[in-house]
Amino acid sequence: MADFDVPDFRPYPFVPELKPDAMKGKGPFIAKPVHQEPLGFPGELVDNWEEKAIEKMGDMLKKYRSFRVYLDTCVRCGACTDKCHYFIGTNDPKNMPVARQDLLRSVYRRYFTLAGKFFPKLVGARDLTRDVLDEWYNYYHQCSQCRRCSVFCPYGIDTADISMAAREIMDSIGHGQKYCNEIIAKVFKIGNNLGLPERALRDTLNGLEEDMEDDTGVAVKIPLDEKGVDVLLVTPSADFFAEPHIDGLMGYAKVFHQAGISWTVSSYASEAANFGLFIGSYENMRNISQRIRTAALELGVKRIIFGECGHAWRVAYSYLNTFAGPFDFLDPKYPVPQHICEFTYDLLQKNVLKIDKSANDDMVLTFHDSCNVARATRMGNFPGGQFVIPREVIKAVCNNYVDMPADTIHDQTFCCGGGGGLLTDDLMELRVKGALPRMEALKHVVEEHGVTHMAAICAICKSQFTKIIPYYGFQMDQIVSVHQLVSNAIVLDGGEV
Amino acid sequence: MDFLTTLFAAGFYLATLIFVVGLLFKIIQYASVPAPLKVPTMPAPLTTGGATLRVLSEVVLFSSLFRSNKWIWLFGVLFHAALLVVLLRHLRYFIDPVWMWVALIQPFGKYGSFVMLIGLLGLLGRRIVVERIRYISNPSDYLMLVLLLVIGGSGTMMTFVVHTDIVQFKQFMLGVMVFDFKPIPTDPILLVHLAAVMLLMIIFPFSKLLHAPGVFFSPSRNQVDNAREKRHLAPWAAKLETQDS
Repeated sequence: MADFDVPDFRPYPFVPELKPDAMKGKGPFIAKPVHQEPLGFPGELVDNWEEKAIEKMGDMLKKYRSFRVYLDTCVRCGACTDKCHYFIGTNDPKNMPVARQDLLRSVYRRYFTLAGKFFPKLVGARDLTRDVLDEWYNYYHQCSQCRRCSVFCPYGIDTADISMAAREIMDSIGHGQKYCNEIIAKVFKIGNNLGLPERALRDTLNGLEEDMEDDTGVAVKIPLDEKGVDVLLVTPSADFFAEPHIDGLMGYAKVFHQAGISWTVSSYASEAANFGLFIGSYENMRNISQRIRTAALELGVKRIIFGECGHAWRVAYSYLNTFAGPFDFLDPKYPVPQHICEFTYDLLQKNVLKIDKSANDDMVLTFHDSCNVARATRMGNFPGGQFVIPREVIKAVCNNYVDMPADTIHDQTFCCGGGGGLLTDDLMELRVKGALPRMEALKHVVEEHGVTHMAAICAICKSQFTKIIPYYGFQMDQIVSVHQLVSNAIVLDGGEV
Repeated sequence: MDFLTTLFAAGFYLATLIFVVGLLFKIIQYASVPAPLKVPTMPAPLTTGGATLRVLSEVVLFSSLFRSNKWIWLFGVLFHAALLVVLLRHLRYFIDPVWMWVALIQPFGKYGSFVMLIGLLGLLGRRIVVERIRYISNPSDYLMLVLLLVIGGSGTMMTFVVHTDIVQFKQFMLGVMVFDFKPIPTDPILLVHLAAVMLLMIIFPFSKLLHAPGVFFSPSRNQVDNAREKRHLAPWAAKLETQDS
């Protein structure tokens, strides 16, 4: 099935031995000028790239406190060394968070600190050479920016920030990653990651409406570009075509229908995902976010709600106000933006929705906390709401729910292995290996508690799991959307029972 | 004034100058670089008071390290807590008369030096024995522990084994502080102890010892979770907005 070894489940999750250079390589495909230029980056590696890279690093040291503080502060205590899923799955020591940071920190020390200028060997400082650049490209594309290491660092050093900065530096010298940059260019040109134009989107949504009507006998709508409605729903474009994402989208539609709240999808802002995050580009993240503001103003909505997507919720929850605010033109009664789980949870609390939990009795569920939702956002009005609310939604529509082991959920959750701009076929080996700790946790509850399905609230998690889960002996349809469960259990007025 | 007195008095001024100015420079640098995005590691406190407590729990209890690795936490806490007590005990060489509370902690400070050495040896042992930590260690990481062991070891020796003329040393130290130079005792172990301390002060602002001020400036720990309620905009990012219009 694969031209690499799928890691064995570990009898007991012990700390792996080091296998230096296990994941040495060229990294994912490099962006071509056509992918680079729409983002404002040079088309290919510029002639004086060493100089430009150091200049860019100096510029970022003045713009980002995190970058400056994180590069200075690490004491190499080793607390993070066994926390990364890619290290656990590959045993490559350069996938230990501190070692990954040191790839860049060594260059920072050489050019920006006295110790590194005068005693490079002593403090592990090194010149920026082509080998170093290649190493950056390879290993900074083996980080899914999941922030798990930052939870355990005594100084909160976030490798995600370092890997974003490294990618930003590489983009700025014309050495970007094809997957991310091609997708961002599509958003600028068409409005979503898929490159699905308005006409095709409308056809797709009409098809889904027909499916729902055939299924339920009720005309549940998925409105597109409808002005003057209450809610603008911004959802990852994977929700329009991929499985099980699409079942989640139908779930949102049924919730809106049943609650009697008018809503619309926008063709201009038909993408919740914001890959500008993965490449650490403030400007690109901002430009993508601004499309949502524009759509909200043009459509005259009162609220903005985001569909199930992990990093999108990070950009939305933590940055949308920064990039595209202030949102004083929206209804002040609601937070901006809201998560679809918050929306559904509120309706469930108010008993607005009629639920038949037995509709999900063929499943025993567990829930995968998406890394960005868990460690970079919140839901509801209390810390940790991002763990409670999705589980409460699941429990409100399902009778059988079991959590995975405590050290693999909540803020200690393991990444699916495909986040951070790594969800591309040219990184398949990494994706399969990086999923090991999550697959072990899933296997545990499957064997101990008869779990049959794992629910997720992230488009990338869902795509990644459906693709890699067969390598570990599971079936791809064991991954479900949270709102797919809602969709199954919701009782529509006037529907066929 | 003899050569050694001159050398150590001058060294004391130089080390203090580099330590204070260097540290102030880094603190001002950390404070003046903006954090343009909201990036607290969640779940995070919703209020400034909560965020302050979170940072304090990292500084005082090493709370994230506790979740992460009990051995590193144990040795780290032993070393840092003992170092604090030992440092406070040393105040007696800089003040006259000695404050009551400094006199009271004297026995804790004396025996605390053993705890400090145990912590340091534990950290050094892990760095040598644990393959993952050995892999990430630079020469400077070992040397830093060796330097601290030299300081702690020589100090403990003076307290319990080969005493120096501590009264004469205090005269020297008090004199240095008011530019009235008195001869320094010439026991080699004292000179090694003092030289190592000066070296530590000099490398402090240029080394990983910057984790001491850095921990207060870490955005993932000191930010309040209020992104939806309060718009967060860095000055350089605000300029992008004026460019738009």
